[in-house]
Amino acid sequence: MAKITLSDLRHSYMPNPSNDEDWALKYLDLSWDDGGAYALLGPSGCGKTTLLNIISGLLVPSHGRILFDENDVTALAPDERRIAQVFQFPVVYDTMTVFDNLAFPLRNRGMAEPEVKARVNEIAEMTDLTPMLKQRASGLTADGKQKISLGRGLVRTDVNAILFDEPLTVIDPHLKWQLRSKLKELHQRVANTMIYVTHDQTEALTFADKVVVMNVGEVVQVGTPVELFEKPQHTFVGHFIGSPGMNVLACDINNGKAFLAGTEMKTSNKADSKSGKTEIGIRPEFISFADEGLPVEVTRVSDAGRFSVVDVMHKDLAIKLLVNEGENIPSEGAKIAMKPEQSRIYADGWLIEEASA
Amino acid sequence: MNKTVNQKAWFFVTPVLILVAFNAIIPLMTVVNYSVQETFGDNTFFWAGVLWFQEVLNSSRFHEAMGRQLLFTFSILAIEIPLGVIIALAMPRKGPWVSVCLVLMAMPLLIPWNVVGAMWNIFALPDIGLLGRTLNELGFDYNFTRQIGDAWFTLLLMDVWHWTSLVVLLAYAGLVSIPDAYYQAAKIDGASNWSIFRFIQLPKMKRVLTIAILLRFMDSFNIYTEPFVLTGGGPGNSTTLLSIDLVKIALGQFDLGPAAAMSLVYFLIILLLSWVFYTLMMRDEEQ
Amino acid sequence: MIRRRSLIPIIYIIFLMLPIYWLVNMSFKTTNEILGTFSLFPLEFTLENYKTIFTDSTWYLGYANSLLYVMINTALSVCVALPAAYAFSRYRFLGDKHLFFWLLTNRMAPAAVFALPFFQLYSSVGLFDTHVAVALAHTLFNIPLAVWILEGFMSGVPKQLDETAYVDGYSFQAFFVKIFIPTIASGIGVAAFFCFMFSWVELLLAKTLTAVVAKPIAATMTRTASTSGYELGLLAAAGTLTIIPGAFVIYFVRNYIAKGFALGRV
Repeated sequence: MAKITLSDLRHSYMPNPSNDEDWALKYLDLSWDDGGAYALLGPSGCGKTTLLNIISGLLVPSHGRILFDENDVTALAPDERRIAQVFQFPVVYDTMTVFDNLAFPLRNRGMAEPEVKARVNEIAEMTDLTPMLKQRASGLTADGKQKISLGRGLVRTDVNAILFDEPLTVIDPHLKWQLRSKLKELHQRVANTMIYVTHDQTEALTFADKVVVMNVGEVVQVGTPVELFEKPQHTFVGHFIGSPGMNVLACDINNGKAFLAGTEMKTSNKADSKSGKTEIGIRPEFISFADEGLPVEVTRVSDAGRFSVVDVMHKDLAIKLLVNEGENIPSEGAKIAMKPEQSRIYADGWLIEEASA
Repeated sequence: MNKTVNQKAWFFVTPVLILVAFNAIIPLMTVVNYSVQETFGDNTFFWAGVLWFQEVLNSSRFHEAMGRQLLFTFSILAIEIPLGVIIALAMPRKGPWVSVCLVLMAMPLLIPWNVVGAMWNIFALPDIGLLGRTLNELGFDYNFTRQIGDAWFTLLLMDVWHWTSLVVLLAYAGLVSIPDAYYQAAKIDGASNWSIFRFIQLPKMKRVLTIAILLRFMDSFNIYTEPFVLTGGGPGNSTTLLSIDLVKIALGQFDLGPAAAMSLVYFLIILLLSWVFYTLMMRDEEQ
Repeated sequence: MIRRRSLIPIIYIIFLMLPIYWLVNMSFKTTNEILGTFSLFPLEFTLENYKTIFTDSTWYLGYANSLLYVMINTALSVCVALPAAYAFSRYRFLGDKHLFFWLLTNRMAPAAVFALPFFQLYSSVGLFDTHVAVALAHTLFNIPLAVWILEGFMSGVPKQLDETAYVDGYSFQAFFVKIFIPTIASGIGVAAFFCFMFSWVELLLAKTLTAVVAKPIAATMTRTASTSGYELGLLAAAGTLTIIPGAFVIYFVRNYIAKGFALGRV
């Protein structure tokens, strides 16, 4: 187990990158503590797989360093870094039994047979593979094979970190939650550093202690799931997390106050007119119908079970809000109120932080 | 794929059926006809029963031809399959050189078979051919038209030259279909190159290699043109393989009865082997 | 900077090119020079051999004949194989597995077995010495191959495509021509390539079924080799020219070669 530090990391797949778009990873300076469960969350193409491959050693970054504890491992090959990686689709050695699959990394490193046996049995028990140990790996279902991949990662005792690259992609939905809980359980037992890459926010938010949200090669925010939900640092985070995502509404700044299509809105932070493109971000959960507020027209109601998502229009602004089951949705003359402490002004996408509250 | 049961599908197959049946069934019926009859050349036929079959199966000429054929087929399989795999493993998997390699390697496969034979004939001539002359200059006493060993050597070399590329291309296709993640996982697991070959590459190539072995086995068993043009079956009849012998009897001597019987025996052997391979392949696909 | 591993394909390719180079070398020499001296390059470079081929109709017609029946065969084999492959790919019907196997056995059949029977058969229907005869004879081997290859590619296309088209109102013919065929275009290319290849290179049946009118180049070459003594230069030039169509075709399908050799089934 080790603390992983990324220092001044940048990567481009091209030999001579000239502009911003040529860089797959623009700039990263992060550290992850020993034994934590982290998620790298972001849409396809944001650079998370690139980053994962840099950490595992399958890719050498064009700029910057990686450190495991205090050791610079940037130039080390994957098997020298003592990491394990679970891939998007199951990678198993078809011709071997499940037992031999799990034993493979240990035997390659010259471990004695009795120890191999003990260790494999231990891991098989942890991953519920014990009944299938004697079977040929090719005969298992997709989730069984992923468990083998996972087991191969756990079986080594000297692992610095385990990396997961969207491992539940090929798993049937009803088995996904089973494997997710299993992963969480394993993390609590084994206490290895685990880094989990995904584009699925549910997976990220349930698995990780801390989530790194990425977009277009940059880290947008690092925080606990709660922090990401309640205080998104970037409109992207607000929009990406939560279902439905945060409302991002264009606003004007006048005398330090925010105006939504002419109406003044109270917000939890302030901005000045030099701030650039300004928007107000507020989650649908914090908007409700009220007697006083912004006049809106209800355009659509989607029933989502315990609540409904209501689309409304104010002038040409599209806003979503959540209404609990059983509550009344006015058909005419509707007005909405937004909670000021959950309304925030964003400039050019980034949250404007106050120097003092 | 979930196939639906539909007997009307036979209509789709009818054109194929007609053409292939025309070419396969009618001639075979003729052959069967000849194989059980005897003629004295004056277009009258007598029932001969199993006479021709007995003659063929007991003839030393047939046994020798069969022996040579088996020697040939197993020799080239033993060389071409491993060689093809080795070359495929050594080829670049990505990049600009891939197309160049594949195009150059495919060239021998598209040369008319008689040209292959003629080309090697010229190439191996003892005094004016590049190969022949070079071997003789190096001290070997080489003459494929006179010496049996040399004829076999040249024959095998020619077939290796001609067909190894087929194995290479098939094996290569199998190799490039292996996703990178397997190699990455193996690297992380600390696997040696031999382990990677044994546990990842070879299993994934199983299907294409089966096809390669099937095709090379069958085609080499049926080979006619190239050895015929190269050596004419000689010196003597030392390189007279099954097809060459059959054509000699059928078109050369017009011995209809024996030729027909031999054809049927030949064909039956092929059928049996095809069935074996087919079952192996289908079983593999069902897995 | 050549890596050690790349030596293997390089050496192999050199090995492949040697006999071809020697053939081309000879094609530019006079027969006298070939028989008299041994040289790696023509000492007296001559285009005589090629001139003969381009001017003597027995020669250049040979190429034309070969190309003609090869093209007829390829077109016929692929067209006929398309519906059959579709049936094998989408439907189960009585005897389907046996039919498929029977088709494959024809691909494996020794041409020698069919030499005499074909001679008699095609003579009796009056097709002896025609391009059609050779084209038809070759379908015995090419149709099964085309069906096998096409079926492999078609099985890779999910049935949902067909069903969606029907829901959208396409008739079967419209679906097949406008949607399905473009989808498996690369498979058709591969099948056509293999049909071309096997028909172009085959000698025994092509020679047996022709005499003068449809005589393929292969037959012209073998006749020359035996009757007019050793006109090696001419033979070499003729041989060199037969390599060109093949090289051409490979160049066009080079992007599909690796995929195609997998016969869509890897």
